[in-house]
Formats: sequence, C-alpha cells, structure tokens
Amino acid sequence: MIKLDAKIPEGKMADKWTNYIDHAKLVNPSNKRKLDIIIVGTGLAGASAAASLGEMGYEVKIFCYQDSPRRAHSIAAQGGINAAKNYPNDGDSVYRLFYDTIKGGDYRAREANVYRLAEVSNSIIDQCVAQGIPFAREYGGLLDNRSFGGAQVSRTFYARGQTGQQLLLGAYSALSRQIKSGKVKLFNRQDMLDVVKIDGRARGIITRNLITGKIEKHAAHAVVLATGGYGNVFFLSTNAMGSNGSPAMQAFRRGAAFANPSYVQIHPTCIPVHGDFQSKLTLMSESLRNDGRIWVPKNIDDAKKVQKGELKGSQIKEEDRDYYLERRYPAFGNLVPRDVASRAAKERCDAGYGVGVTGLAVFLDFSEAIGRLGKHVVEARYGNLFQMYEKIVDDNPYETPMMIYPAIHYTMGGIWVDYNLMTTVPGLYALGEANFSDHGANRLGASALMQGLADGYFVLPYTIADYLADQIHVPRFTGNEPEFDEVYNEVKSRIDKLMNVKGTQSVDSFHKRLGHIMWENVGMGRDEAGLKKALVEIPKLREEFWKDVRITGNIEEFNNELEKAGRVVDFLDLGELMARDALNRTESCGGHFREESRTEEGEAKRDDDNFAYVAAWEYKGEGQEPELHKEHLTFEAIKLVQRNYK
Amino acid sequence: MDLILKIWRQANTQAKGKMAEYKVSGISPDSSFFEMLDVLNQDLIEKGEDPVAFDHDCREGICGTCSLYINGRPHGPDSGITTCQLHMRKFKNGDTIHVEPWRAKAFPIVKDLIVNRGAFDEIIQAGGYVSVNTGGVPDANAIPIPKFDSDLAMDAASCIGCGACVATCKNASAMLFVAAKVSQFAHLPQGKIEAKRRVQNMVAKMDELGFGNCSNTYACEQECPKEISVSHIATMNREFLTAKLIAQTKDI
Repeated sequence: MIKLDAKIPEGKMADKWTNYIDHAKLVNPSNKRKLDIIIVGTGLAGASAAASLGEMGYEVKIFCYQDSPRRAHSIAAQGGINAAKNYPNDGDSVYRLFYDTIKGGDYRAREANVYRLAEVSNSIIDQCVAQGIPFAREYGGLLDNRSFGGAQVSRTFYARGQTGQQLLLGAYSALSRQIKSGKVKLFNRQDMLDVVKIDGRARGIITRNLITGKIEKHAAHAVVLATGGYGNVFFLSTNAMGSNGSPAMQAFRRGAAFANPSYVQIHPTCIPVHGDFQSKLTLMSESLRNDGRIWVPKNIDDAKKVQKGELKGSQIKEEDRDYYLERRYPAFGNLVPRDVASRAAKERCDAGYGVGVTGLAVFLDFSEAIGRLGKHVVEARYGNLFQMYEKIVDDNPYETPMMIYPAIHYTMGGIWVDYNLMTTVPGLYALGEANFSDHGANRLGASALMQGLADGYFVLPYTIADYLADQIHVPRFTGNEPEFDEVYNEVKSRIDKLMNVKGTQSVDSFHKRLGHIMWENVGMGRDEAGLKKALVEIPKLREEFWKDVRITGNIEEFNNELEKAGRVVDFLDLGELMARDALNRTESCGGHFREESRTEEGEAKRDDDNFAYVAAWEYKGEGQEPELHKEHLTFEAIKLVQRNYK
Repeated sequence: MDLILKIWRQANTQAKGKMAEYKVSGISPDSSFFEMLDVLNQDLIEKGEDPVAFDHDCREGICGTCSLYINGRPHGPDSGITTCQLHMRKFKNGDTIHVEPWRAKAFPIVKDLIVNRGAFDEIIQAGGYVSVNTGGVPDANAIPIPKFDSDLAMDAASCIGCGACVATCKNASAMLFVAAKVSQFAHLPQGKIEAKRRVQNMVAKMDELGFGNCSNTYACEQECPKEISVSHIATMNREFLTAKLIAQTKDI
C-alpha cells in the first residue's frame, strides 16, 4: 500500500530550499558518468532537465513522440513567463509571487513546493537571457513586463505572443549542445508504453519506435517523466493532437499515485467551436485581457439578433453592453483568474446572452484600446494573435470584436510527487504539467512555463542527485534483465489484443464520444448526478471499444491508428478516474466547480474543514476501484481565506 | 464542398510511391485542411483501407510539424501560414487538389506525406546555441540590448523549423533556416565570442547533409509561414565571410 510522505524540509518557509541544498547528498563528477537517466518528453521540463543533467556529467537518454524535440507542445504557449524580479518596481517579491500562486490555486497546492518555485523563478529569467532568448525590451534596452490574470503587479516576461516557442527553443538549443557532446542521446518518434521496475525501483521503460513499429527496452538508474498534461481526454482542447496521458497512466498502474485528476483548467479565451469535424481548439493568449474588454449584450433581444446574424457587435451602443467581468469583479476586472473568467462566460451564455451562431461565445473587444493606444501599439503587442484569429475565423479583429469561449487547456492534476519531485515509485520522477504539485486547483497565467523550467533547470538536478548518491554502486542495467522481458511481453500482448479486436468503429469515433461524456459531465460545472452518469457511461464505452474498435495496418510499421488507440485506452481510464475524483470532492475549488457548492452570489464555495487535502489515488488492479489516500495540506505561511477578486 | 484529392502514397522510405486519387464530399468551408483530411481518413478506415499518413501536431501554426506541398506550394495557396492554418474556404467546390510531401534530398520520405527532417536538428546541434551551462549566469538586466536589435533577433528566432524554405527552393537549400538561427545571435551580445565558430560549423553541416546552394530567388521568404526575411541570409553571409577572413579557430 502507498504511504504518502511529502518529505518537506525543516525550517521556516523561506529557508526550506536553502536548507535542503545545504544538506542534500551529492554525486561526484567521476561517479556521474556511471549513472544513466531516462527522460521522457522534450518540452520545457524534459529538455531543460536533460540539458542540465547532461552538462553535469550524467548519461542521459531522452525520448519524444514528435519528429524533433523542438516540437513539444510547450512551444504553443503564447503569453509569457512569471518571475519575481520586481523590475517594474511595483511591489513584487518572492513572497508575493508565492502568495498569488497559492491563492490563485484556491489553496489546494503544497506551500513548500510553491515557495521554492517562486524562489527559483528569477534564475530562470537570467538563464533564458544568457541563452539568447529575445524577450521583449524597453527602449532603454532593459526587459519589459506585462500583467496577467490573478496578479496586481506586472511580473510577466514575454517574447511577443510566442514566449513558449522562444523558451522551448532555448532549452532545445541547450539540449542540442549536449546531444552534440554525446552526453545526451535522443530517441525521437518513440512512444513510451510502460515503466519497468526492478526490486521496487524504476529502472527503465518500454517504447515503440513509431517508424519501424519495433518494441524497445531502455534501462537506466532513474526515470523522469516530463510528459505533459492529459487535457485531450476531452478530445477537443488546446493541446496538440499527440498530447496524451499515457505515460502518467502507465506509471499509475505501476504504483505511482495520481493526484487530483479532476483539476482541469478551462481557459476563457479560445476560439469558439464551429462544427462536428473540428479537431482542435485554438487559444487566444490571456495577455489579450490586458487591453481587451470582455462583454455581451445587455439586452437579450440584441443577443438574439447577434446570434441570427442580424446585428453586429460593433453596432451595439456602449450603454447596451454588459462588461460583466468589470461589473462583477471591479478590483481585478478583465484580469480575474482563468477559472473565474470561464465560469462567468458560461453563466452569461447559459442565461441566453451569448453571441455567435451557437450562442456559445462572448466578445473580446479592442476598440477602446485601439482608441487609447493607437492601432500600431495594439498591433505591436498582439499582432501575431490577431493574424492567427483572422486566418481561422476569417474576420478582422481590428474592426469587429473577437469572439471567444472557454476550452480545456491545462491539467493541474497529475502524478503525485514529493518535495523531491519523486513519485511514490522510488527512482521515478515527474516534472512540469505531468506532476500535480504547484498550481493547486487552478493555475495562474504564465506560471506553466515557470514551473516547467524551474523543475528542469533548478530543482531536479539537485533532488535527483540526492537519490542517485546511493546508487553509485549499482551497475548499469542492460535491459536484458528478466523484469524487462516480463513487461516487454505484457506490452506485446496488449498490442496484439488491440489489433485483434478487428471491429468496425474508428479510434477517433470513440475518442470523440469520450470527449462528449467528459465535457457534458466533468466539464465547467459538475454535479453528483452528472458525475455518476459519467461513471456509468465511460465503462460502457470502454466495453464497446474493446469489442468494436478498428485499427488498420500492422504492428511493425508506421501506424498512426495504433498509436491513437493506445492513447484512447488510457484516456478512457483517466476519464473515469477524473469523474471519480470530482465526485469525491463535493466542494468547489479553482477549476473544479461543484454546482452543489456555491455561495449565495453564485461563486465557488470551498470547504476547508473537509477538503484541504490532496486526493492521491492508488491503482488496485484492472476493474478494481482505486483507493483514495489523503495528503493533508497545512498552511504555515498563508492564512486560508475565501478567494475574492472583487 | 465536394473535392477531388490527388495524394502521394508511399509505404516507406524504400518503397516506390505514386499519386492516388480520392473523393471527399460534404466538407465545410470553415474546416481546416487537416480536418478535411481527417474526414478522408475516417472514410478510408471505414472501408478498411490504410489512412493517409501526414505530420501534424499543434494545429495552430507554431510547432512546425506539418509539411504538405499543396498544389505546388509548401503549406498551400495562402501566405504567412502553416498547412494546419489553411482553411477550406481558400478552395472552390469541385476543385482538384494535389498533395505531396516536401521534396528534398536531405528530407527522405518516411511514409506517404511524412518526411524526416532530422537534418535540421543536426544543423542546430552543430552550433545553434549559446554555450552556457545551467546556473551561474549574470542578472537578466545586466546587459542592456537595444530594442531594435532585440526585435530583429526575435524576427529571426520566430522560425518554426518546418522546412518550407527547403521544399520551395529549386536547389533545396536550407539557407533561410540556418540564417535565421545565425542572425538571431548575430543581433545579440550573448554568444558573440563564439559567433565565428558557430556560423562556420553550421554552414559546413548544412553542406555536408546534402542541402543545395542559394541562388537568390527569394522563394523561401515567399513561402515561409513566419515570413522571415531573406535579409537574414545577407547577415549570415556577412558573418560567414568575416569568420573566413579573420577566424582564429574552426574546431568545436
């Protein structure tokens, strides 16, 4: 049975990380050469970890499913990266970044991890600038900042609307340098299929070469998962098509606890859904809320006319517009956190005031900003986003207000890790979006990039040494140990089973149906009846999948249908786990909104007496209910209060 | 919309490929090109046939994975976009659309429309970085950089590594790709001390991998989804020439 021990260091909050570094075990340079580390995923967390560990002298193998490490989905992050530099002299500090992150996460994150994140945030910016990342600058030559949701200071560094791209290319360059030096070996176009344990410790992985279809065994002293989030459970999300939750589920089935699976972030500013063939939702950066104002018509008749195409947004008079975020949350206005903004949009649309053909959209309007700043300033700030919008929607946002609607974006839940970022399986680590640790029940904008790079550049290199220091006498693993053969055979028989279903329905058709169940019942608003319904429908869908899925082609060749099928198998299990977790948590917190738990004003109502804990689920075997373990959250540095952005 | 598709099919790198014809119907003009191909693939799967393999991932124009040569143009009949940002409203009902993979010696075909662009990774590994280790770097604001230079560096850095520049070039030259990285660093003080080594190593690697030379047709700039200017090639040529004239060292 799993025992949760967060291993938080002693001392005052501000001293914990320093104390940890002072006392952590080290591996000397000649021993680092004898130690192998596997990293799965080449996004910000994986690439930065691989580069750093390679530089330090470890032997690293890194894996990605894409054709190149530069394509990992971190690349799509637009708005920026937070740090407590306080360059604008507006009252920021490490404590304030820590406080905002805990509060933004609705008091469901672990304080010590978040404080460390805030502490190392400044080093990330220094590192990125040293790598030659072209952050936006002022005319004086110094770095520029802007503000993001959930903060009253400007602490976000950015590179136009392509911050994730630039940070990832920085980490990718550092990784490329290590690949050239031979310290890191790259395995691209490889899907991870399982974790291998020897004597209870993670010692390797099983992968499938996506070009040849061959199943491969890879061994190491430690395994690091930096495999991103599982938002694609919903089929439609802002994630890349290949983003998946499979490595996390494989770890789960091998004994890693899965924490807070129901915490999903629904991003308020995405391009609305247009039709049944849609494959993907596109995000419009949160940075747009710096200057854009969100509104719907004040009169329901106007809204109806807009939906029918009889009236344009720009024709509605100022006094007939309802700037509902500014009205409800005057202190933060359009910059309330994402969960609050998303629910407010849903509330207006559900009441019939939505715009667009479907009535499921709200306006994001720049006319006031263009009047105040001039078109050229707006263009300099958001030009590429406006262009992206115009290409997709065929409408010019400089002239007519954009239309947006919330969409699945990020998963705060993930593999449970302790302060070392180690899972409940010794020697198995989880970084970045793949773990659960820093964002509680809601992530603030520009914090995902911060966490990915913090974990990879500045946390894991210290904490993994503390584990590996005891492993220097363990000889290299070859991948020919019986434990590898055993898992290899299990993986092979799972794939054979999939290929032999030979049914009639495509993988995508099942994925779409799962997405529909999830969006309807485990989406923005959740209630007991809906969640129980999901817990009946998902197993039924799974049963149908195993009876009737059709996978074309063969195993030992390039086979995209087989890849997708493996992912959908895991999405089905994940969806069920998410619904179960959401059902258990009868409070509302952050992105998790239970209809039953709200204040008189309709805001989310937390229940700290009963739910101030991390829900960590333990796998109990196929077809068995997972077991719930609770890591109780204690708050030393911050007092628990109901979030208030009014 | 009803369309006729002529698509390059090739089982693997060694196999011989050919164009195959397919029909799709009932396509919404608001759907993306890939959503149209998704519909085709669903049809093929239902018939028990092998779906068309094509590279794609983010479907929002930033990861650089997608790489279709549509009606004779990389990323199709629109400018400033990747294939995944191409929408069917750019075509007419009844159109015949030709879809091919990138064609370049340095990008061998993997299957159908998928090519191997590992050569780009190798070029970056040859020197597309500033050689700093994690930690121990100066404060981010220690070196002021003129906004003008920083913006130029950002223009170059916005390259997504898709390979459209190579695909459209009659010489299959990678000059714009290499220049984008070289020029990013040429406009910044970081990494200046290794600038000469960088440009020489990257250019040598590009030549070694079988990319062609530049003959200044500017097709690469035309087809670049991020509209990266050929002026970066001029910057790279200047860097390269300076390095040749006054280089102290060429080794790694």
